[in-house]
Parts: sequence; C-alpha cells; structure tokens
Amino acid sequence: MAKNISFTLKFWRQNGPKDKGHFETHQMKNIPDDTSFLEMLDILNEELIEAGEEPFVFDHDCREGICGMCSLYINGTPHGKTERGATTCQLYMRRFKDGDTITVEPWRSAGFPVIKDCMVDRNAFDKIIQAGGYTSIRAGQAQDANAILIPKQNADEAMDCASCIGCGACVAACKNGSAMLFVSSKVSQLALLPQGRPEAAKRAKAMMAKMEELGFGNCTNTRACEAVCPKNESIANIARLNREFIKAKLND
Amino acid sequence: MVKQVDSRIPEGPVAEKWTNYKAHQRLVNPKNKLKLDVIVVGTGLAGASAAATLGEMGFNVLNFCIQDSPRRAHSIAAQGGINAAKNYQNDGDSVYRLFYDTVKGGDYRAREANVYRLAEVSNNIIDQCVAQGVPFAREYGGMLANRSFGGAQVSRTFYAKGQTGQQLLLGAYSSLSAQVQAGKVKLYTRYEMEDVVIVNGRARGIIAKNLVTGKLERFSANAVVIATGGYGNAYFLSTNAMGCNCTAAVQCYRKGAYFANPSYVQIHPTCIPVHGDKQSKLTLMSESLRNDGRIWVPKKLEDAKALQAGTKQGYEIPEEDRDYYLERRYPAFGNLVPRDVASRAAKERCDKGYGVNNTGLAVFLDFSESINRLGLDVIMQRYGNLFEMYEEITDVFPGKLAKEINGEKYYYPMMIYPAIHYTMGGIWVDYELMTTIKGLFAIGECNFSDHGANRLGASALMQGLADGYFVLPYTIQNYLADQEIWPRIGTDLPEFDEAEKGVQAEIDRLMNIKGKRSVDSIHKELGHIMWEHVGMGRTAEGLKEGIEMIKKLRKEFNTNLFIPGSKEGLNVELDKAIHLRDFLTMGQLVAYDALSRNESCGGHFREEHQTEEGEAKRDDENYFYVGCWEYQGEETAPELIKEPLNYEAIKIQTRNYKN
Repeated sequence: MAKNISFTLKFWRQNGPKDKGHFETHQMKNIPDDTSFLEMLDILNEELIEAGEEPFVFDHDCREGICGMCSLYINGTPHGKTERGATTCQLYMRRFKDGDTITVEPWRSAGFPVIKDCMVDRNAFDKIIQAGGYTSIRAGQAQDANAILIPKQNADEAMDCASCIGCGACVAACKNGSAMLFVSSKVSQLALLPQGRPEAAKRAKAMMAKMEELGFGNCTNTRACEAVCPKNESIANIARLNREFIKAKLND
Repeated sequence: MVKQVDSRIPEGPVAEKWTNYKAHQRLVNPKNKLKLDVIVVGTGLAGASAAATLGEMGFNVLNFCIQDSPRRAHSIAAQGGINAAKNYQNDGDSVYRLFYDTVKGGDYRAREANVYRLAEVSNNIIDQCVAQGVPFAREYGGMLANRSFGGAQVSRTFYAKGQTGQQLLLGAYSSLSAQVQAGKVKLYTRYEMEDVVIVNGRARGIIAKNLVTGKLERFSANAVVIATGGYGNAYFLSTNAMGCNCTAAVQCYRKGAYFANPSYVQIHPTCIPVHGDKQSKLTLMSESLRNDGRIWVPKKLEDAKALQAGTKQGYEIPEEDRDYYLERRYPAFGNLVPRDVASRAAKERCDKGYGVNNTGLAVFLDFSESINRLGLDVIMQRYGNLFEMYEEITDVFPGKLAKEINGEKYYYPMMIYPAIHYTMGGIWVDYELMTTIKGLFAIGECNFSDHGANRLGASALMQGLADGYFVLPYTIQNYLADQEIWPRIGTDLPEFDEAEKGVQAEIDRLMNIKGKRSVDSIHKELGHIMWEHVGMGRTAEGLKEGIEMIKKLRKEFNTNLFIPGSKEGLNVELDKAIHLRDFLTMGQLVAYDALSRNESCGGHFREEHQTEEGEAKRDDENYFYVGCWEYQGEETAPELIKEPLNYEAIKIQTRNYKN
C-alpha cells in the first residue's frame, strides 16, 4: 500500500539563457509514494498555478523512459539515483524519505543552454547525428532483408548500442561536458553491422569533428557518463569509437 | 443534393490496383522537383519517413515537430514490433493473408484497396529498415527472427527487443538527418502547427507557433502533409505521451477536412492499472507479453473479494481455481485474440466482480507456466526490459518466485487493465492519402485509412512507415505534377494574414479568460466524461449525456480557465490550453459518431448491440460505410457524410476467434 511523504523541494528557476537563475523552495505535503517524480512536479505546478504563479518548466513527454525528453538533475545526479539506471520519468517517490530535501536542477553544460527553468536546448545532438549518424540509403534501394546475414551476437550488441535515447545525461554528468558516450553509441551501432561499414571511417571523423565544433569536451575516462546512463550504455563504445577514429585518420 | 466523397480507388482487381496506379500516375521530373516545397508536420514514423523520402527524391521539405528533436516523437514508445508478409518462418504467410487478417481484425470496416496496398509494401519496409542499420532481433543463423501478435495465426512480427518503435523511429530519423545535412530538409523543432492556410481552395501553407519565443510564423509550400498522430489524449489518461494532441488535425477539420470514424478508438488490454487521482498517464505493457503470459482472474468470487481486500495474493490461488477466460472463450486464438476482444473480456470479468486489485479494475497476466517451461533466462531475454519497467512503477518483479504449491512454482503475476492507446479514426483521406482539402495530405495514425474499427498489434508501425516511405512519396507526385500549383507564393497574401489573425485572436481570447481553473483540472474532467460515457461500453443514453456534459465543460473552459504568465515567450500552460480546446471538440465528435453508429464493431462497442455471448454485433446492412464528419461550428452538431464500403476480394462474415 502507498504511504505518504512530505519534503522540501528546491527547484531551479531561470528565465532564458542569459538570466543568472536561482533556486525556489516549496513544501510538498502528503505525496503518495507510488507517485512518479514527474507526477510530483505536476502536483507542484497545480499548486503554483492555484497561487497564480507560473509553473515550473521542464521537458517531459512519453513518461515511459524511452523518448529522452526528461532531463532533470536530482540531488546531484542526472535523472536521480536508481539501482539499474532509469530516466527521470521512471523515478518513483518511494525512493525518497519523509523530511528529505530534494534539489532539482537542469543539465548544466556549455553544449546545452537553458531555455527556461530546467528546459535546455539539446539541438547539438541532432547536429552531431546530421554530421554522419546514418547509412546513406534511399527508400526503395534496399535488397531483401535476409540477404545480409548478421550473427546474433553482433545484432544484439548493436541493439545495446542503439538503445541510447539521446537524453544528454552523459554530458550533464561529465566534468568535461563530453558527448563521447552519445557519439560512440551511434558510431558503434553502425560499425558493428555490415550495413554501416562502408561509411564507418567517414562517420567517425565527421561526428567527432562536429562534437568538438559544438563545444563539447573530451573524454578523460572518469566513467561518470556510464554510471548515470539510463540505458546502461558502456564506455567500451568509446574505446570502439577511438579505434574507428584512429583507423580513419591513419587512412587519410 | 446529398454530399458525397470520392475515394478515388483505382480500377482492377485488388491485387493489381497499386501496380496499375503507379504505372499510370503522373510524375514530376527531377528538375521540377527542385522547384517544389512540401510542408510535413510531425516527425514520428510517418512524418520522418515521408520528409526523408521526399527529400531524397529532390523536393524541398519543411519539417516541423513540437519536441526539441524529431527523435522524440511518440512512435518511439511502440514496444512490440512491426508486421510484414515476408513468410520467413515458412508458416503460410502471404500478402493476401496479411491483407485478410488486417481487414478481419478491423472488423470489416477498413477500405480493401488501402489495406491490400499496405500489405504489399510491408516487405519493402523491413528491407529498408535493415539497410538503415535497424538492429532487429536475429536467430543464431543470422536470419531475422519473428514473433506472434494478436489476430494472426502466423509469426510475422519483426522486433527489436521491446523497443521496436524506438529503433524504427531512429532509423527514419537517421535518414531524415542525412537529408537535413544534404540541405533538402529544413527542420523546425519546438514549433506547433496552429492552422492550415488555404489559397484558391488548396492547402498552401501553415501558421506555426514558435513554442520558445511564443511568436506566430507563416510558411508557404506547394502541398501540406500532416502526420500529427491520434487523439487518444482526449481521454486524459492514455498510453500517449503528454504532448500528443490533435490540434493540427482538428484545425484541418475546422477548415473543411472531413473527419472519419472518430468513434473507433483502441483500448489496449495490457496496461498498468490506474492507481490514484494524481496519475498523469498510463503505461502500456507490450502485447508481445501475451505470447508467453496467460491472462486470468479467480474462478471463485470469494477469492476475488479477498484479492480486492488485500487478504490474499494472486500466487496463492492454485491452478484449478483460476479462470483463464480468454483461453476458455476463444480456444483457437487464446491469449492472442485482437485487442478489442481482449479488452472487453477483461471489462466483462471485472464488471462481474472478479477484478484482482483494490479498485477491482485489474486482471492478472501470469508468466509462471512459461518460466517453468522455458526457464527465467529465456523469458528475461524476451521481456527483461518490460519486467524492469513494471517493477519500477509497481514495486513488483514479475519474474520473482512467489510460492511453490504441490511442486508447482508460482511467480508474481503482473496486474493489467485496458487503457486508451490508439485511434483508428482520423482525417478522411482518399486512396492517394489526400484529404477533402486539395493539397492537404494526412498520413500515419492521423488519417483513418487502414485499420477499420480495430487495429491489430504491430500494424501501426507498418502503416506509419508504409505511408511515409512508399505510398505518399508516390501519390503526392500525382498532385504536385499539376502545373497550376507550381508558382511559389509569398506569405504576405491576405489568406495568410487572415489565418494568423485568427490564431492570434484565439490566443488572446484564452489568455483573457482569467478564471480560476487550471488546464489540467478541466482536462481531467473531460477524461472522466470520455471514459465513463464514450469508453469501452457505450449506450445511446450515455452518449447523449456525455455530449451534454462536454458542452457544459466547454462553457466552463471558456469562462473559468486560468493561464498564468503572458503570451510572449514560452508558455507551456497556454499551449496546453490550445490542445484542450481541441480535445473538447474532438471528444464531442467521438461521441456524435458513436451515437450515430447503431452497431458494435471493433473498438466501438454499443451495449445495445451484442450477441447473447456478449460479442460485438455488427449491422452490415445499415452501417457498412465510413462515417465522415463535416464541421458545422463548435456548438452545432457536425454533418454526417457516408462513404459506402465495397468489398470485392473478401467475403464479409462475423469475426470469429473461437475456432
């Protein structure tokens, strides 16, 4: 049976990228612990609107942990702490205790400027994919799907890499603000499949170059990204990206 | 004169129509494609694949989405899989069989010609996705794997773990990204379409709101395609994402596009039950779980009462006291009956008092038998991420051993209940996917065309991608070849002025109501009305009452709404208010259609029209048509125009999943 908890909520308010921003505090009372974190924020917003104030702005959409919209930095961890990794929307209030203080901040990174409160601009990720995160196939060109045999193990591994939801938690957790886990997941997925091989070298170079151009930092192997990834993407992908990248450079 | 619609179905036998169409349609030569612009609204499976493909062909595409990235569209949440008639399993599948299953699954209310075309191009989709690098599940030999879905006796569903929608969408998104890079597609993220602009009787542009700046902007093109999904969120609680809305579609409806079969709403049988009044959405548990999970309630009412009171647990009820009601009622299809049938059967048991949780509105989905037969490893490989998702939400892990009774191992079962999931109804389109407004096309869930009164599992992804990759890019050329629409037009025309002023006036009106109630509080009320009166079991009386209640609620909305902040800049509440205005219109339209259709078929179940066994009772004599609705104003009932259906290949019969 659900029990109710009460706690102090500190949440970030920022009116646009140039505003300095500040914390606001709100007392949350008698929240059932089977409420999701975002539903708790819905309750906050109902209370704010009731009081004639503007709601707290944050990104969210599917609330099933797959769209990658939600992006809150909770008590110092992207998406908050869970055992097996989950997005903010899959975090439930039973993870918190009565009397807690819960702090909610946006992703903080040069690559993700704040739009309002905890909503940030992640268009940089799209730009990195546009630089090369695809196979150049036009609709109608493809051969029969079973004409390409792919060992189950490779397919499964590619699937794990492809599970990245592009939320940006890896960037938010990284002290260098690096997007290497994101880039390497895409590069690895396609590098592991025969369909992706013809453009593998070009892809690795173009995506890395774009990432640097957009102001993301480099990887110094602190593994902070891996620890917070809600889809458990592995930094083994980063090693693979580096291999692809070096191979490509050697062939230049 | 009686109004009519022209579906423009090509001549010839059903299996040859699409081939014939393509052989004789008009095309646009490569040079001229460069001079033509197409607006595509939406970046889900249909929108992204259409935008990418039109770009590949050489057209200039303007592609809009409300999220921060095209990859977030709600197609991403589809779990189970995508159907295709590949027959890789050698189990007797064929294009005809997929066509037949889809028409039958839709309770004989879909258009034959469209469905046949869908089945025909289904195989191309799988080829295309594999070439993009979509990591479908494979067998040890390296071949593609399949599983079964409801309403079929073959295994034709391709899947990528429980994340098939995600992988297909990322595939379409990658092709779209390639076209953005090539300069053929221009992306507008965090933009919402607020109106369609009609010039000389043709759709020539849109008014869109930049959601960050709050400013209205004008865009012109040679044709407009909307791919904006369904209207499930009219019910407030649904499996749709929070941002899913029907504003673009309803605005097209207001501007003269007919809306078809709005009452065909899909209620998915396997969702996590409602738990409290603070809930914001319902989470789907994939239909694929019904491959290995068995659905049951107790046989004895006293067991159900104990479960409801919390004094007994599901695993304590031994095998002989369980009622696997789907296997009992439908021996031939068992747990894999179509969604509408499974949902109604769950409701029937719960209405009789056999519900298994504290609200009495839940049934069990049990994996004990499969885990005992195949081992937990195999089951975890198939459904691991779903089990984990279920645990995060409910704190119960379905793969955990609960008890052994007489050497029989019992695992914790899931609890599930039906929830609004998908809308088969949508903007009316002809064979070319063009609406009743010339130059305005609708694709994916947004149109009505392929699923009849009920959609089969794993067919939404198929239809979205079929429309986007292989149908619209052909049929739209037949329209774009018309030289009359070739000259580009400026956005300073009076038609653009007028449309923008209209949207602005609506925004001002909503901001100035300055009442007391939040958008969500009114939306929740609409949801209750829809679920209670326009939900799984409908009656003429209930529907009439529902319509009156929605009218009253609209008054409340128009006089007592409160939107904080200003119309300048980002205002989430204002955008939600616009959506709610359109959910109110849509909800009422669903009720009108349901009231006019005095029969039960697929997702539309009228309690007055059922067999003695409680099955849906169709009336083919009087209702064998597509119900198309023409807008007549917010307060006036819409006008019904009928598109008669005409079956040449399939013999209509009572849907039977028993033997």
